[in-house]
Amino acid sequence: MLGVVFMLPAMVLLGAFFFWPLLRTIYLSFFDASILGQPSFVGIQNYADAFTDSDFGQAVLFTVLYTVIMTPVLLAIGFGLALLVRKNTRVTRVFQTIYFIPVVIGMASASYLALYIWQPDIGPLPNLLGRLGLGNASTNLFANFWTVFLIVTVTVVWKVAGLQMLLLISGMQSISTDVMEAAKIDGAGAWQTFRHITLPLLRPTLALVLVFSVAGSLLAFDQFFILSGGGPENSTLTAVFQIYRVSFIQFHLGYGSALSILLMLVLGAVSAVQMLLLRNSDNS
Amino acid sequence: MTSTTARTTLRSRSTAQTDAPRRRRSSFLPTGAWWVVNVCLAVLFLYPLYILIIQAIKSPAEAAAVPPTAFPHQFSLHNFVELGTSQGGLSLLSSLGNSLFVSVLTTLVTLVVSTFAGYAFAKLPFRGSRFLFFVTLVTFMVPFQAIITPLYLTLKDLGLQNNLVGLSLVMATFNLPFGIFVMRNSFAAIPPSLEEAALIDGATAFGAMRRVMLPIAVPGLVSTALLTFFAAWNEFFATLILITDQSKYTLPVSLSILSAGQNNSVNWGLLEAGVLITVIPCVVIYLILQKYYVAGLLSGAVK
Repeated sequence: MLGVVFMLPAMVLLGAFFFWPLLRTIYLSFFDASILGQPSFVGIQNYADAFTDSDFGQAVLFTVLYTVIMTPVLLAIGFGLALLVRKNTRVTRVFQTIYFIPVVIGMASASYLALYIWQPDIGPLPNLLGRLGLGNASTNLFANFWTVFLIVTVTVVWKVAGLQMLLLISGMQSISTDVMEAAKIDGAGAWQTFRHITLPLLRPTLALVLVFSVAGSLLAFDQFFILSGGGPENSTLTAVFQIYRVSFIQFHLGYGSALSILLMLVLGAVSAVQMLLLRNSDNS
Repeated sequence: MTSTTARTTLRSRSTAQTDAPRRRRSSFLPTGAWWVVNVCLAVLFLYPLYILIIQAIKSPAEAAAVPPTAFPHQFSLHNFVELGTSQGGLSLLSSLGNSLFVSVLTTLVTLVVSTFAGYAFAKLPFRGSRFLFFVTLVTFMVPFQAIITPLYLTLKDLGLQNNLVGLSLVMATFNLPFGIFVMRNSFAAIPPSLEEAALIDGATAFGAMRRVMLPIAVPGLVSTALLTFFAAWNEFFATLILITDQSKYTLPVSLSILSAGQNNSVNWGLLEAGVLITVIPCVVIYLILQKYYVAGLLSGAVK
């Protein structure tokens, strides 16, 4: 009985601020609702609209593009860092700490910092690039799709790579040294050991890291809200950004809920597929 | 039999041999190259933080200089003084207060609630508690961004919309699954004999938890507290939507008003000073309590 009492506060919070809103999202998604006024039932109209809504379609495409580019870049850099500093010595721990510091800084703070660093004229990096002859310091890099995309990518890599590194290092360290030594004795070189021992045994960690970065990229909002504001010409609006606009700027709460449900389904599907793929190939 | 012996000797010899090259920190790079690569990377990773600090301590004129100065010619606390003055109805100092309030309240609620629930899951199982634990973990799969609209409406119904307590409760809820998970594992790792001994000595179930079990679970508590505090301190999206009154904004959201600029001009020195006071607590706490932070992160991630 005491167990029930102990659990009660947690269940009340999860019920009130998770399950109830979740049910309400599903419910609202079948209505034409705004903040004021009576919602009217529209069946699956909101979902039907979502598939013909070119604004949302473009946001989805952009989010997919961002995810497809971000995920391998992050993984490669996280993996590289992990390989560099995976040994547990005093010096490597210092470097691990340095690479991890940006992780504890919020995405918003990192974005405000990048906003200044890449400003035309007054920003130090455009200035540096200008001096190196790699561009003009006065060019507004936030006004062009690809340059602002690059700025976001660099910022996110700086902020997140350390987390991927840490997870990968912990995965690498959990591989028994016996296996490694056995491989060495059998005459395996560094590359062979990596390819045939480290990589397969690291599969669960890789799955985790991939789910983190795919889910994080699909939910991207802060960095685009601050660095690009969705521009130029709405070309960097992400799915969450578009849902925010639909729900809280245009006040189409019902339609926004339908879009949220779609986003939730996609996220669920992505992590399920990723888990399945990585688990199945285990047996090969 | 012989081959096993041979293998064992070989292995012990190979261990002895690797003693010297063991000093090499990577099997991929020679030591010199390893140092060069790491020092370059460290410079790249620290560069933005260097820029952040010097920009915040430059005088207003220097902060807006073209081209930017590589190091401050003049040390100025002007930006930090200005944090306290109102910028068009927005005082960053009160935002700092709001941030502290929300982060501390979120952390406290998460700690207390997840300690009780974690203890119940680990030590006081009842019919259906396994199912409830599964339900708790399911919440990991749903991003709160997806249910933000009804969250806004629910808070409105409760009279907690545009309210820092409401925001804290929401953030605590979204940190609960992690907290419960970590606390359950912390308590589950304690042998039952310890609890039994306390009960035999006449402690009540609650007393056993508080006096005997809780002290052992301190590392789990610290990890949960750290991760929750960081998440609440840095939260942007939830605050942006659930708080509509500028005077109640937390630091990350207040800064968005500053970065949008007034009359088309952004006060970069002031903005970066604001970012600096947002960043410093996180970095300092991380450097001091790194061990707990990393342990919590790993135990939560590798579930």
